[in-house]
Amino acid sequence: MTKRRIVGLEGSFAIAEAVRMANVDVISAYPITPQTHIVERLAEMIADGELDAEFICVESEHSAMSACVGASAAGARVFTCSASQGLELMHEVLYIPSSMRLPIVAVAANRALSAPLSVWCDHSDVMAIRDIGWIQIFAENNQQAFDLTVCAYRIAEDKEVLFPAMVHMDGFYLSHVTEGVMLPDEEEVAQFIPDYEYPFVLDPDNPVSMGCYGPPFIYPEAKKAQEVDFEKTKPKIQEVWNEFGDTFGRSYSPVEEYQMEDASIALLTMGSSGETAMLAADEMRAEGREVGLVRLRLWRPFPFKEFREAVKDVELLVVLDRALSFGMGGPVCSEVKSALYEKRKELNIVGFIGGLGGRDIPIDGFKYMVNRAVERVKAAEWGEEMGPEMIGVRE
Amino acid sequence: MAQEQEEKLFLPRFITTDENFAPGHRACIGCGEALAVRHVCKALGNNVIIVNATGCIEIFSSLLPLTSWRVPWIHTLFENVGAVVSGIESAYKARIRKGKIEDRGVVFVGFAGDGGTSDIGLQALSGAMERGHNFLYCCFDNEAYMNTGIQRSSSTPYGAWTTTAPVGKKSIVGQMTWKKNMPEIAVAHRIPYVATASPSFPFDLMDKVKRGMEIEGPAYLHIFSVCPTGWRCPPEITVEIGRLVVETGIFPLYEVINGEYHLSVDFPELKPVREYLKKQGRFRHLTEKDIERIQARVEEEYQRLKEKVGGK
Amino acid sequence: MGKEKIGWKELEIGCVVTEPGSAASYKTGEWRSERPVRDNTKCIKCGICYIYCPDACIREDEEGYFEADLYYCKGCGVCAHECPRGVITMVEEEEEAKEEKEK
Ligand SMILES: Cc1ncc(C[n+]2csc(CCOP(=O)(O)OP(=O)(O)O)c2C)c(N)n1
Ligand code: SF4
Ligand code: SF4
Ligand code: SF4
Ligand SMILES: [Mg+2]
Repeated sequence: MTKRRIVGLEGSFAIAEAVRMANVDVISAYPITPQTHIVERLAEMIADGELDAEFICVESEHSAMSACVGASAAGARVFTCSASQGLELMHEVLYIPSSMRLPIVAVAANRALSAPLSVWCDHSDVMAIRDIGWIQIFAENNQQAFDLTVCAYRIAEDKEVLFPAMVHMDGFYLSHVTEGVMLPDEEEVAQFIPDYEYPFVLDPDNPVSMGCYGPPFIYPEAKKAQEVDFEKTKPKIQEVWNEFGDTFGRSYSPVEEYQMEDASIALLTMGSSGETAMLAADEMRAEGREVGLVRLRLWRPFPFKEFREAVKDVELLVVLDRALSFGMGGPVCSEVKSALYEKRKELNIVGFIGGLGGRDIPIDGFKYMVNRAVERVKAAEWGEEMGPEMIGVRE
Repeated sequence: MAQEQEEKLFLPRFITTDENFAPGHRACIGCGEALAVRHVCKALGNNVIIVNATGCIEIFSSLLPLTSWRVPWIHTLFENVGAVVSGIESAYKARIRKGKIEDRGVVFVGFAGDGGTSDIGLQALSGAMERGHNFLYCCFDNEAYMNTGIQRSSSTPYGAWTTTAPVGKKSIVGQMTWKKNMPEIAVAHRIPYVATASPSFPFDLMDKVKRGMEIEGPAYLHIFSVCPTGWRCPPEITVEIGRLVVETGIFPLYEVINGEYHLSVDFPELKPVREYLKKQGRFRHLTEKDIERIQARVEEEYQRLKEKVGGK
Repeated sequence: MGKEKIGWKELEIGCVVTEPGSAASYKTGEWRSERPVRDNTKCIKCGICYIYCPDACIREDEEGYFEADLYYCKGCGVCAHECPRGVITMVEEEEEAKEEKEK
C-alpha cells in the first residue's frame, strides 16, 4: 500500500527530507560547514514549491535560534541546524527554549572547535552544550539521521514533553556521505507527527507573558519544575521510538547493545564511530575475545537505568571520547564514571580520547584501546589514577 | 511654545483609557521610560505582540509570578529582539498562508533599550530591517545601561557621567565620545519609516507609533526616555527634561518616510543647551568650554538635519 | 496572592504568566514619601496630569476632574510640576497616612 522507497542520500539530504515531510512552518539558519548542505537543500525545496515554509536567512546563529524561539512561541513548527562555532555562538540562546518549553527541533553536524580552525568532525561542540536542557540524540548513519529527526518532532511536541530536541550527526562522516536511506511515505510521516497545538501561543486573543523575570524566591522552583519534567521525558521518548518501530520497522532505544551477551569487556561510543567499533567487536569476537559494544543514543536526558543495565555484567568498560575537557579528560568518560559510581565499584573504566578534528579511528584503533585498557588495568596498583590517553597522536 | 502647542492639542479624552501596560510596575519614581512605554502601548492597542529585550522595562514589568502586560509579551535575551520578532512575524505569515490561522492583522513590535539597540542588539536589528520583516521597533533611549547600574553605552551623550565613564582626577569629562546616531543607521537600511519621539510630546509620539504600525515593512522609532535615577535629576522634571532636549535641538523630533525627512516640531530659535545640561547631575562637572563644544556640535547636527528636510 | 510561597508544582509550564496585567495587584503606593494634593477649584480639566503620569494612576472622575489612585501613586511629582494651573501640590506623607498604608 504505502510508497516506501530506498534512495541514495547524503546525511544532509536525509535530514532535509525529514524536515520536508514534517511540513515545518519556519526555518531559520545560518550556514556553516559541514551543515551547509542541509540548508541549501531546504532552500531548494522551498524554491521548488516542495515545502511551504518561511526561510529566515538570518545574519548569525544567535539570531537563527532566536528566530526559532519567536516562531515556536507563535505556534509554528520550526527547524534549524548548525555546528561547531555556530552552536557556540547560539549557546546563550539554547537555554531559552528548554526553559520556556518550546519544542524546537535542531540538527547539529558535529564539528571541532577553533583554534586551530577545523571544519572536521569531533564532539567538542556537543560537549560544550551538554547542559542546555535539550533532548539530545545521536545518529550513527543516514537512515538514523532521517528516522530520529522525524521522531524528534513527535517527541518534542508531545504535550507531556514540550522540550526542544537536537539530533547529532557527525560532520562529513554522515552529512556528506551518501548511503541508501529508506524513505517512508509522506502520508505516513504526516500521520506520525500530526499538527500540534502549543498550549500557550503568542496570540492577542489570549494574552500571556513569556520569559518573565525570576528573582531568588522563585528561580529554584522554576528549575525544579524543569528538571522533573525533563526526567519524565525518558519513557515518552522510548514510547515514540517503539511506535516508530511498529509503523516503519526500525526502532531505537536510549542505549543500544551489540555483542553484549556474556561480554566481559565493553567499548562505549557515541555517533558514527559506533559503526567502526561494531566491526572491531566482530573481529575481536572472531579472535575469541568477549568484547561487546555499547552505543549511547540518548545523551540527554542521560539514560542512567538503561546504561547501568547494559554494563551490569562487564568487568572492563573502554570509553571513547571525541572531545577533550582540558584539565579533566574525556567528558563522556567522566559522566559514565559518575553514572556508575554508586552501583559498580568493581568495574574498571578506562577512557581514551581520539578522533579529534576529523582524525579517523580505524578498526585497529578500537582494538588498540581494548588491549591497552586491559594492559593498564593489569599493571595498575590499587588507587592509581587511570587518566585518559590520547590515541593516534604523533610524538 | 512647544508646551502651549501641546496644551492646545491636549485632548486626553480622545485617547484610550486602556492601560495595556498596567500600573503596579516597578519602575523608579518618575521613570521616563515607563511613561514612554505607557504612551506607546496606548497607541498600539490590543492587536499586537511585544518582544522585549532584557533591560529596565523587562525587569520592572515582569517580576514572576506577576506581569504588567495586558497584551501578548515575550522576553528572551538582551540582544536578540530583532531576531525574535522576525521569527514571530514569519510564523504568522507561514501559518496564515498554510490556512492554519486567520489573518487578523496582528502587529509585531520590538522593545529594547539603547544598549539593546545601538550596541549589543544592533546586528540582530540590522538583519531584521534588511530582510524587510513587517514590524515596528521601539528603542527606549535612556542613554546608558540603566538596568545594570548606569554604565555608558554608545548612546550616552558626550560629557555625561556614568559608572564606566566616570569623572575622575585625570579623566574629567565623563563620556568622551559623541552619541551614536541610531536613527540614521536605521535610515541607511532604506526602511519605509524612521522617526524620533519623546513622551513629553505624547500625541506626536502616539501618531508616530500608529504610522509605524500601519506602514508595511520595518519601522523604527527612537524614543527619548528620561531616567531620573541615572541622570541624577529630580523625578518631577522628567517631562520637562524630555521637552527641553527637543527645544534645545539636542534631540530633534523628526520622521523619515520613504527616505523623506520631515521635522515634527521646529523652533525659530533653539534654547541654549546649557538650560538642559544644568538640570542634570550627570553633566554637573562640565566646564563652560565643554558646554560650548556641545552647543557647537548640536547646532551643526541640527543644521545638517534641516538641510535634509529642505533637500526634499 | 502568597507569591512568596508558590511551590514548583504550581508554576505554569515554562513559567508562562496567564493572567494579563496581574501586576496591578502590586501596591507601588507604598514607595511614596510625598503625595499629590489637589485644589480642584483651579483645575481646567485639561488632563495634562493624566497623560504624563508614569504610573498610569490618574483617573478622571464623573465631574471631569482627575484624581490620583494612591494605591499606585509613587509620588514622583510630575503631575504637580506639569499642571499648568498649579492645582497640585506635593505634601509629605503624614505619619498617620503612613500607618494607614501599612494596613
Ligand atoms: C549578553 C548579555 N550581556 C550583558 C547583560 C547584562 N545586561 C542586562 S540589561 C543591560 C543593560 C541594558 O541597557 P539598555 O538596553 O540601555 O536598557 P535600559 O536598562 O537602560 O533600559 C545589561 C548590560 C545581559 N543580560 N546579557
Ligand atoms: S533606572 Fe532609569 S530607566 Fe530604569 S527604571 Fe529607574 S528611572 Fe527608569
Ligand atoms: S493638569 Fe492641572 S489643570 Fe489640568 S486636569 Fe490636571 S490638575 Fe487639572
Ligand atoms: S505624583 Fe507621580 S505617580 Fe503620583 S499621580 Fe502624580 S504623576 Fe502619578
Ligand atoms: Mg538604556
